[in-house]
Amino acid sequence: MAEKDFEPRIIAFLCNWCTYAAADVAGISRLKQPLNVDIIRVMCSGRVDPSFVLKGFLEGADGVIVFGCHPPGDCHYGEGNYKTFRRMPLLERLLEQYGIEEERFQWGWISAAEAPKWAELTRELTEKIKELGPLNWNSYLEESETKEA
Amino acid sequence: MAGKPKVAFYWAASCGGCEIAVLEIREKILDLVQAVDIVFWPVAMDIKYKDVEAMEDGGIDVCFFNGAIRNTENEHMARLLRAKSRTLVAYGSCAHEGCIPGLANLSDREAIFDVVYKDTASTENGDDLVPQTRHEFAEGEVELPVFYNSVKTLGQTVPVDYFVPGCPPQADQTWAVFEAFVKGELPAPGSVIGAGEKTVCDECERVKEEKKVKEFFRIHEIIPDEKKCLLEQGIVCAGPATRSGCGGLCPMVNLPCRGCYGPPPEVVDQGAKLLSAVASVVDADTEEEARQIVSQIVDPIGTFYRFGLAASLLRRRKMK
Repeated sequence: MAEKDFEPRIIAFLCNWCTYAAADVAGISRLKQPLNVDIIRVMCSGRVDPSFVLKGFLEGADGVIVFGCHPPGDCHYGEGNYKTFRRMPLLERLLEQYGIEEERFQWGWISAAEAPKWAELTRELTEKIKELGPLNWNSYLEESETKEA
Repeated sequence: MAGKPKVAFYWAASCGGCEIAVLEIREKILDLVQAVDIVFWPVAMDIKYKDVEAMEDGGIDVCFFNGAIRNTENEHMARLLRAKSRTLVAYGSCAHEGCIPGLANLSDREAIFDVVYKDTASTENGDDLVPQTRHEFAEGEVELPVFYNSVKTLGQTVPVDYFVPGCPPQADQTWAVFEAFVKGELPAPGSVIGAGEKTVCDECERVKEEKKVKEFFRIHEIIPDEKKCLLEQGIVCAGPATRSGCGGLCPMVNLPCRGCYGPPPEVVDQGAKLLSAVASVVDADTEEEARQIVSQIVDPIGTFYRFGLAASLLRRRKMK
């Protein structure tokens, strides 16, 4: 696929209470956003198991993001976002060892009042991943597992 | 079954420990050979591949296959033994989930050959010779197996009926599997046998209290308390994300579980689950503090996927 035609597919795990609400407001406010981000609403960013992220990459995502409520105080459940910031730095290092570029996995905080920040994130992320090109994990696996001498 | 059941044992990419594990049933091996005919076992008997090729399809009742699939020879034998065996058992961690050979999936053939044949300080290889798969002599041509880029598990190569986890499987579990087979009491195909249905934590007798870790240690950096949960002492222990069945042997001798029995039931990716469990006990109140604490875990993939990289969701590193 020619680079310029490449439209990345980005999976976004968004917390129901903050970032999902921000994305909702961004839509209602007609803020300009690329069509490359597929949102999966979860009740809490702390509920995102690292295997969800890995499965995203395995099944064709070019980027995966996890966003929730600002710590310390914004979490609807008190400290769900603490789980997030304890897990995600370790997951970043794991993905680096898997050879997945750091731009392809991002996580952080966007509150319900930060719709413009969400719209900006989707634009920036899509551009960055367009530059990186497709990940195509499955075809990479197939190619590397069947390659002979 | 007419006559005694026919049993085969084979090793592919493995260390040989699973062969020893079979003998760990000790004198019961004599009971085993009373009950079955062993028709193929390269480590113990002089039977050639061509003899196996001459057997009729389905002629072996059960084959215990240990070792991962690293090269064309391993794959050829996996396919051959699959065709000849009614029941194929992935015996031990390498066949089950790639085990230590599977960690080579952090590299590829070219990088491995460079290290082994060129780059190590003790290697003198002025002509940069690497093994070729064919060579012609005056007497004829010889062939070597082709070394693959990736290590695969047995189940990723051919259909497997049962999986016996462990590096190596424990003797009592191996015996239980032999007994179940001889008595015809095996569960539905596709099952993990010779193991438990819970986690290693469940059978570990250490005292478990509150898990709040400020500092992680590698095993040579600390002499752990002998009673207290190792994870609570900052030692990465794979117990929370590892299938039970070994009896908690490693924690019993003050060593952390390394995860050789693979993921517990319903868990797809052992490393991701272990990462999740370990990170959740990090006692950090800010992102910076969490980063600082988890930076003490030196090699996340080697730690969380020590035995399961080849069977994990992503299976291998993407090389540049």
